[in-house]
Amino acid sequence: MPGAPHQKGYDSQTGQRRNFGQSRESHGCNVSEVPERKGKPMKDSDPKLSIRQIGEKKFRQNSRRELLKLAPVLALGAFAIPGLQEGLLKKGLGFSDWASARLFRSGHLAPTFDNADLTPPAKFPINGYDVDDPGVVFENWTLTVSGEVKKPGEYKLAQVQALPRYRQNTRHICVEGWDVIGRFGGARLSDFLTMIGADPTARYITVNCADDYYESLDMATALHPQTLLCYEMYERPLSRQHGAPLRLQIPTKIGYKQAKYLTDLKVTHVLDRVGYWEDQGYSWFYGL
Amino acid sequence: MSGSVIEIIQPKPKTAEGEEAPPVVLARAVYEHPFIVRLCHWINTVALFVLVGSGLQIFRAFPSFGAKIPQKDLLHWPKAFAIGGWLGGALQWHLTFMWIYIATGVLYLGYQILSGNYRQVLFTHRDIPGVWPMVKHYFFFGPKPPVREAYNPLQKHAYTTAIILGILSVLTGLAVWKPVQFSSLAWMMGGFHYARIWHFAIMWAILFFILGHLVMVILHGWNNFMSMLTGWKKDPEY
Repeated sequence: MPGAPHQKGYDSQTGQRRNFGQSRESHGCNVSEVPERKGKPMKDSDPKLSIRQIGEKKFRQNSRRELLKLAPVLALGAFAIPGLQEGLLKKGLGFSDWASARLFRSGHLAPTFDNADLTPPAKFPINGYDVDDPGVVFENWTLTVSGEVKKPGEYKLAQVQALPRYRQNTRHICVEGWDVIGRFGGARLSDFLTMIGADPTARYITVNCADDYYESLDMATALHPQTLLCYEMYERPLSRQHGAPLRLQIPTKIGYKQAKYLTDLKVTHVLDRVGYWEDQGYSWFYGL
Repeated sequence: MSGSVIEIIQPKPKTAEGEEAPPVVLARAVYEHPFIVRLCHWINTVALFVLVGSGLQIFRAFPSFGAKIPQKDLLHWPKAFAIGGWLGGALQWHLTFMWIYIATGVLYLGYQILSGNYRQVLFTHRDIPGVWPMVKHYFFFGPKPPVREAYNPLQKHAYTTAIILGILSVLTGLAVWKPVQFSSLAWMMGGFHYARIWHFAIMWAILFFILGHLVMVILHGWNNFMSMLTGWKKDPEY
C-alpha cells in the first residue's frame, strides 16, 4: 500500500496509516472516530473524523470481499443436488424427531373437550391405508404378545376390557391437516404393559395389524396416561372401519401412529420394523 | 458497523513542489447492512422459498379449513408451484428448513439487539410524524421528504411488521406441529384447528410483504440492491 499516491493522501487525511484490509474488521469505524448517534446526518459531523477516503479500485475490492463473505449461503445449494438431497432431508426429519422426543413430557396431558365439542360419529373420517375392513373374525381374535415380557402369549379382548376403562374426548389430528374431536374408551396401554410384565427399560412397542399395517411407539408415549388400547368410540363398541376389535388411541401422536385392527404387540429393545408410513418417508416420532 | 461512511476518491498526482493536491471525491458510500444482517437476509430468502413451497404442498393434502366430512376445498393450488412432490416429501422439506429458518431468526434478532443495530429497522413512536409525508410521497405524488437515515418511516414500519410476521409464523407453526406440547400456545390461537388457519394467513401476509419489497427493490435500482450484498450503499440519498 505505501507508495500508492491516493493511499498517501488518505494517510494525511486521517493522520493514521491504514489500509482497507486492516480496517475491514471495524469498517474503519473506531469508536473514537465516528459519532455513534444513529439518524444524525453524517454531513453534520466533521468529515475528518468520520469519513475515510479510498480509491475506486479499493472500494471495488472491498465490495467484492464483502460479497464473498456471503458464500456460506451457497451451502444451501446442497439441497438442490440430487445425490445429497435425500440424505439431507432425512437428517432434517431425524433432527425434528429427536427434538420431538425431547419436547415430549410424560406428565403433560393432551387437551380434552366437552361432549358438546365432539365431532358427530358420522362425520368422523375413516382412514385406512388399504381396506376399511380387513374382515377380522372376532370369535377367534387374540392379541399376540411377545418380546421383552414376563407373560407372552395370546390375550383375549375380555382380558383387555377387564382392565380399568378410561374414556376421553380428545382431538384426532391427521397428517393431512384435518382434525376431529372424538370420544374414545379403552384400557391404558400402561396398565396392559404392567399386566403382561413388560420390561419397562425396553425402548419400543411394535404392533402388527390385520390389514398388514405396522407401527412402532417409543416407550415414553406408550406409558403416557392418555395412550389407550381402544375398544370403544362414543361409548359404543369400536366399529370395524375404525379398527375393531382393538386399536391404539394416542392423543399425543399424529393419526397414522394410531394403528387399527391390532393383532400383535411386541415389547422390544431394538426396532426391526418402524412403520408403514415411516417407510414411505413420514416422521417416526410425530408427537403432537 | 453500520453508518460508516467512505468517500471514493480520484487521487491527484503530486505537484512539482512535492505537495499533495486534495483528492477529487467521486462518490460517497455508507455501510448500511452489517454482515450478519446480509447473511441472515439471504439464508432467509432460500428458507422462506422452501417453506412456502413445501407448505403449499402440505396444504394440498387437505386444501380446506373446514370439516373433513363433508370436505369443502378452499383452493386448488397447482402442484407445479409446490415443493416436495407429495405430502411426505413436503413435510421433510418443511421440517428441515424450519430449523434453518428459526436459527436464522434467532441469529438475526440476537445480533440486532446486542449490536444496537435494531435502531436502524425498528419502527418507534418517533417515526410516526414521518409516516404521513411518506405516504403522500409514495401514493399521492407528494414532495419527497428529506432522507436522513437508511430507512424512512414506512420502510421501518414494513420491516418491523415483517419481523413480527416472521416470529408469528414460527409460533403458529409450533402450535400446528406440537398442539399438545405447546397446548397453551395453540389455545391462544383458538386450538389446533385455528392455529393452522393463522399459520396459513401469516404465510400470505409474508408473501404480500415480499411482493411489495420486490417492487421497491426494483424501483430503487442497482446501488440499493447491491448494498444488501456488499453492505455498502453507493451514493445514498442522505
